[in-house]
Amino acid sequence: MSATARISSPLHTIALNVNGTAVTSHVKARVHLIDYLREDLQLNGSHVGCEHGVCGACTVRVDGVAVRGCLMLAVQADGCHVETIEGLTEGGTISDLQEAFVSRNSLQCGFCTAGMLVTCTELLETNPQPSREEIRAAISGNYCRCTGYQAIVDAVDRVARERKAKRGVS
Amino acid sequence: MTDSALSFLDRPNSYIGRSVPRPNARRLVQGRGIYVDDVMVPRLLHVAFLRSPYAHARILGFDLTDAKAAAGVMAVVTGAELATICTPWVGVLGHFKGLKSAPQHAIAVDRACWVGEAICAVVATTRAEAEDAVALIEARLESLPVTAISETALDAATPVIHPFLGDNLAFERVLDVGDVDSAFREAAAVVEETFHIGRHTGVTLEPRSILADWNDSEGKMTIHHSFQAPHMMQDIVSRHLGLAESDVRVICKDVGGSFGIKVHIYPDEMATVALSRMLKRPVKFVADRLESFVTDIHARDHRVHAKMAVTSDGTITAIEMDDLTGIGPYSVYPRTSAVEANQVVNLTGGPYRHQNYRARARVVFQNKTPMCQYRAVGHPIAVMVTEGLVDLAAAAIKMDPAEIRRRNVIRDDAHPSVAASGIRFEKLSHQQSLEKLLSMMDYHGLRREQAELREKGIYRGIGLATFIEITNPSAAFYGVGGARISAQDGCTLRLNPQGGVVASIGVTEQGQGTESIIAQVVATAVGVPMADVRVITGDTDTTPYGGGTWACRAAGIGGEAAWQSGKALRENILEVAGTILQAEPSLLDIRKGQIVDSATGLERMTLAELGRIAYFRPDTLPADMKPELVVTRHYVPKDYPFAFTNGIQASYLEVDTQTGFVTLLKHWCVEDCGTVLNPQLVDEQVRGGIVQGIGAALFEECRYDAEGQMLNGNMADYLVPMAAEMPDIDVAHVVTPTASSELGAKGAGEAGTAGAPAAVINAINDALAPLKTRVNRQPATPQVILQALGYI
Repeated sequence: MSATARISSPLHTIALNVNGTAVTSHVKARVHLIDYLREDLQLNGSHVGCEHGVCGACTVRVDGVAVRGCLMLAVQADGCHVETIEGLTEGGTISDLQEAFVSRNSLQCGFCTAGMLVTCTELLETNPQPSREEIRAAISGNYCRCTGYQAIVDAVDRVARERKAKRGVS
Repeated sequence: MTDSALSFLDRPNSYIGRSVPRPNARRLVQGRGIYVDDVMVPRLLHVAFLRSPYAHARILGFDLTDAKAAAGVMAVVTGAELATICTPWVGVLGHFKGLKSAPQHAIAVDRACWVGEAICAVVATTRAEAEDAVALIEARLESLPVTAISETALDAATPVIHPFLGDNLAFERVLDVGDVDSAFREAAAVVEETFHIGRHTGVTLEPRSILADWNDSEGKMTIHHSFQAPHMMQDIVSRHLGLAESDVRVICKDVGGSFGIKVHIYPDEMATVALSRMLKRPVKFVADRLESFVTDIHARDHRVHAKMAVTSDGTITAIEMDDLTGIGPYSVYPRTSAVEANQVVNLTGGPYRHQNYRARARVVFQNKTPMCQYRAVGHPIAVMVTEGLVDLAAAAIKMDPAEIRRRNVIRDDAHPSVAASGIRFEKLSHQQSLEKLLSMMDYHGLRREQAELREKGIYRGIGLATFIEITNPSAAFYGVGGARISAQDGCTLRLNPQGGVVASIGVTEQGQGTESIIAQVVATAVGVPMADVRVITGDTDTTPYGGGTWACRAAGIGGEAAWQSGKALRENILEVAGTILQAEPSLLDIRKGQIVDSATGLERMTLAELGRIAYFRPDTLPADMKPELVVTRHYVPKDYPFAFTNGIQASYLEVDTQTGFVTLLKHWCVEDCGTVLNPQLVDEQVRGGIVQGIGAALFEECRYDAEGQMLNGNMADYLVPMAAEMPDIDVAHVVTPTASSELGAKGAGEAGTAGAPAAVINAINDALAPLKTRVNRQPATPQVILQALGYI
């Protein structure tokens, strides 16, 4: 294919819900979901670390499931509900997890953190009382080069216990 | 001087030594960081590079017609064109006698010397369009003979990469101290091993990133850079682009991991800056992950023959070692690629008392990705060699590995001392650290457990690794060799009218917690709540000149500059307060943002009230009262070239002798970084460092074929530690402050990486000992272990 043919590829119209807001956009078929979120919608809290689905820095929620933003095309998100770290923050649903990350220093450079929080959010929804081993297994698709992971495991463990205690008294 | 009698620990409301959370972490957990790729500027262009597919090739020419015609393309630029804007550089230092290298261009001009070297650039309105057009460049390349293997790089038959240099030897250092031959002759046992330390790389989760914005109207270059040393970058850009230093501004906001990767001059980053100057537009380059693997500096790649002499009572009497390391085709600018080998020579045997030492290190060129300083430069090699030999020596004389270390470490009361290699120690705590570690891990209990499990066919191993670490470097590191890298750092403090303090400082933040540490120190020194201190780092226009953050210098050097600055601001504030309150300044103090009587703690006035008077009603002050509520102080260590720290690590693991898999069960570290400014931050530095060291020991390796092609240059094939495989790590401290500074803090960021590989490799060998085999290679992959076991 010539470059001209490749570059003049048509735009596709997608309609989706991002962080609670309905969005309609025109995107090229080759644009990854993460690039669409970061560049078109300027939601740059999620990061691009490897672009081949390994590091987990671009993890976002699509229809409630944690997905790699670099392994999904924006056109595939047509009709979906997408949540990013910006939406999770504003919704307040993970503020305890975020606070635990801050107080336990479960992040250093912060580049993996948005993706890590999305993965941990899903873990605590699907397994509210994970063991340390289960936490380690759940986040093993999210690379963190700074912390060595232990502080992340500690924070998730603490939040799981706190949420359990909260459920117990309510 | 009201505080002369008080140490920082006695100061009321001291933040020193407290695990306060990092003020900047909240931003990052909410996705509000600003990494370079998040910076938006109008009219931004993007660059993508055509990179050499050959490890060595002559560039005969290009057909750029299709690329130039492609959609969105603003410019297609060759190395020769860019060389008119950016001059080449040579990575040598005056104090490394004989170190040589060749001029390196931002984009290769007539020859590519490694797979991945940029040979042409496309600038377009989007990165995707730039990459599309890169694919349309027709490059005429003639492949040249490849020098890939270090071991044969110096053979007469091997092609010389830079013929005008004469040979492939970049640098050689030899050292011969004491009477090595006699010691070996008289030894009860001599142990010998060849250690292989694989080539690996940093894999910062945020790839290298730069946005250069040349403003032609004011002749000023603004650079947003994911980098550790903004002032160094400013100096180098100004000199190689012929700009005034003051016309170059380098801003480093959030940096997504650095580990020493982001402290070097990279050709593609210099090219990005030059392209912005050429096109008079902002240009951004963010390495994609595949580019990162072949263009981020690699590290290690050492082969060390070494032997040790030991007497029958376990006294180590001599070490001899020969290190060979391959650094790629260029010594990296401006720190050079000779530093790691030099540090291996300096550090090998460093914890021990022997005074007979012979060493040779040779640094050779190869057609591979350039090698340079990465976290714990040289340390993991020196520690693996030393501690591997110590365990071999212990086995040879049938002594327990802990006992032989106990008998040989430099005694805590023997300082100041000088190691056989000539490095000077102010004060170390090997003996206390060793005993603390053994008790923390229940060494004897673990040995019993290990023996019991061996009866059941379970092979567990315990590995110890004593280490020393270079921190707080003085100008002896780079400055004396002619590198324009600041050894000193300054901190400027300003009291704002409402009582808050703004600190700007030359050390930088890449997640270590620099800004938190500085805020803690300033808050303590001045006497204000930490929340009232705002810290500014990473901007050459707004911070005092400094070196940035590397070699474990931010807390020890930046922290001391902040401490001295804080004390000076406090003194100035109290002078003003004394005038306003008609009180003797020495009887006043600042606590929690209030001026108080130091004896009673009684509040006399708020800092906000003092600020109001000083800034808005100075007419009410006496004519000779000139408040100086901005102060700057600088610090550089001068009495020792480096503040050495020390420590010891232990690994407990299980080897599956059928599969070669290693299960890490537990890891311990006792380290002594002097005054601990923030225990949680220090412990997390140590843990993170240990896990990077474990990566080197078990997983990480840049694998090459004989043609210089990297075989695993992607994240799926290049393994880094993941959460499920990592053990919990216990960290403890011995505290021996350095007397070089008032704070007494030394660095802690590299200790983990320095010692972990040796601890893990020694533990594997301890597990394999009953099977009469051992490994001598990092990473010790299942394949390496199965080969050692003779299964493959």
